[in-house]
Amino acid sequence: MKLVLVGLSHHVAPVELRERVALPLERAAEVSSRLAALGLEAVCLSTCNRTELYVAGADAEERALTAFRDLAGEAGAELSSVLYRLADGGAALHLLRVAAGLDSLVPGEGEILGQVRSAYEAGAPGPLLDRLFRQALHAGKKVRTETSIAESPASVSSAAAALAQQVFGDLRGRKILLIGAGKTGELAAQSLASRGADIAYVASRTRERATELARRFEAELLPIGSVEARLAAADVVVSCTSAPEIVLRKDQVASALRSRRGTPLFLIDIAVPRDLDPGIHELDGCYLFDIDDLEAVVAESLAGRRREAERAEAIVAAEATGFRAWQAALEVVPAIASLRARAEEIRKGELARAESRLGRLTEHERRTVESVTSQIVNKLLHLPTVRMKEAAATSHGALYADAVEHLFGLDEERT
Amino acid sequence: MAELLFWPALVAYGQAAVAYFGNARYPGVAGRVATWGVRIGWVVQTALLGVQAVRADGFPWGTWAGSLNLFVWLVVSAYLIWGCRAPYRLLGLAVMPLAAALFALARIGGGTAAGARSHYSNAFLVLHVGLVLAAFAGFTLAAGLSGLYLWQERRLKRRAAGVLRLRVPSLVTLETLAARTIAFALPALTLGILVGLARLRSDRAHLDALMVLTLLTWVVYGLFLLLRYERGWRGRRTAYLALAGFALVIVVRLGLPVTHFS
Repeated sequence: MKLVLVGLSHHVAPVELRERVALPLERAAEVSSRLAALGLEAVCLSTCNRTELYVAGADAEERALTAFRDLAGEAGAELSSVLYRLADGGAALHLLRVAAGLDSLVPGEGEILGQVRSAYEAGAPGPLLDRLFRQALHAGKKVRTETSIAESPASVSSAAAALAQQVFGDLRGRKILLIGAGKTGELAAQSLASRGADIAYVASRTRERATELARRFEAELLPIGSVEARLAAADVVVSCTSAPEIVLRKDQVASALRSRRGTPLFLIDIAVPRDLDPGIHELDGCYLFDIDDLEAVVAESLAGRRREAERAEAIVAAEATGFRAWQAALEVVPAIASLRARAEEIRKGELARAESRLGRLTEHERRTVESVTSQIVNKLLHLPTVRMKEAAATSHGALYADAVEHLFGLDEERT
Repeated sequence: MAELLFWPALVAYGQAAVAYFGNARYPGVAGRVATWGVRIGWVVQTALLGVQAVRADGFPWGTWAGSLNLFVWLVVSAYLIWGCRAPYRLLGLAVMPLAAALFALARIGGGTAAGARSHYSNAFLVLHVGLVLAAFAGFTLAAGLSGLYLWQERRLKRRAAGVLRLRVPSLVTLETLAARTIAFALPALTLGILVGLARLRSDRAHLDALMVLTLLTWVVYGLFLLLRYERGWRGRRTAYLALAGFALVIVVRLGLPVTHFS
């Protein structure tokens, strides 16, 4: 059975083209169902970075291309220059790499694995695609557990949260003081809050936006001059104002530290020009990271992900080999099934012929005869079955299947 | 029998130490291999101690090498309580090579053989040696945690770009665990010292330099707890204090063969 992948991704298509064929899960499921109605196996994977159709069956490529053109509508002609088409082993390896996050914009990103799972669940897979997608999900999980590709942060806000965790560990119950009510600061604070921290104080010069933020996070609203008074209670300070001068000085933090009884203070300054006095970092128990520090951490972490990607590729390659072996074995499966059916037919026929003699046996003895004859058949067929599967992994699979069909007269039976 | 158990335990500890190095470079499988090495080594060493206990005439770890054998077992036991969890695997890099080396040293000194004779009474040795060694094992682990704290704190202070590459427990966790370990170990040391002093009095003997050093160790760790829990000392200062106490522990341990087992 032919396996085909037709699709496009961020590697080959700009967003203007990708958005034409980007589908919500329900529509992706409809596309799969339509192809399934034609007797094909189909799964449609559509994310913001890719839309891919995995189809297996007769005329799979042609039908997948037609389905894609239907999706694109008027943009069909433009799409044909960027569409990639892969078959069998290539298509399988591609899906395994996608599930492992190796084909993503940020190597190892975690969201794609869930998207592959959703596409698989909403699709119309048959035996081939079912096996392929389950293997891809397995490979994705394996890559994430056996390498550290997904452990390091890929954005400034997640780097800030990861660094805070290096200081405090569990962030649950830790209090955040947010200085400035801009979007960037809010994102960083939210990243911390998503890990359990509590946005407890919001201080800003622009009262309107600060009030809205404080209400949303159920935080205390502070005038910017009162920040110092809350430093003793806060664990993390996130600052991102547009103020041209320093908002928080070293001596202010030093005086607040006296009442903290040694509890560390983690400060994130993502403003340019900087809001927080760089000298704060020199204070014992204070850890101040500005935008350059955070970006350096992200760059290093992305480089680490790329290094880990090499190990992940090896895992994916091994999984792809496993899938290819399974797929190749499919070639000899009909011959094996026919052979076993033929043997079973002979066994049952011979038992029926001996019925008059078997009638004198007790029920227990009869069961023993059944069991012994079954074991003889199984043992005789075991080695030929194994050898055929081994041959299937090479180019001799079809030859072996033909030979078995000829030797045992399976082909004559069929005709 | 003891011989048969020593080598597998040493190999397991050694393998764990090597795997911890591998884990520092490529976290993951090597870390799990190291953890199993520690577990298997500990089980085999426990069996070795069991054989020694059954075959000994009296307390089997009354020699400096024997006490070193017991000390290694106590350190690994304390490490096993939480050290095998993934975030603490870096601590294994400090603990397991040391454990393997000391275990080998214990064998060179004859501390892993079965059928040893002891001229001390069992009750005194079980209490004195057992408690002091348990306390020292705790202080060793606290020193490992404090060392890891200082290393991690330094990375954060240097704002190293690769600070997230090798994940270790957070500063707060390391500091709290070191303090708790010392809080458990110090009462053991206190009791061990009291038992020793009681025997000293009954023998009408005098304090020697090593005993004074042990008392000084007690003072340092007592100060650690006082400053941390009463004065709110945290971070680098308490980490250095824990390491200073551990330096005294090393001196005391090195002095043991000369003063107590000569």
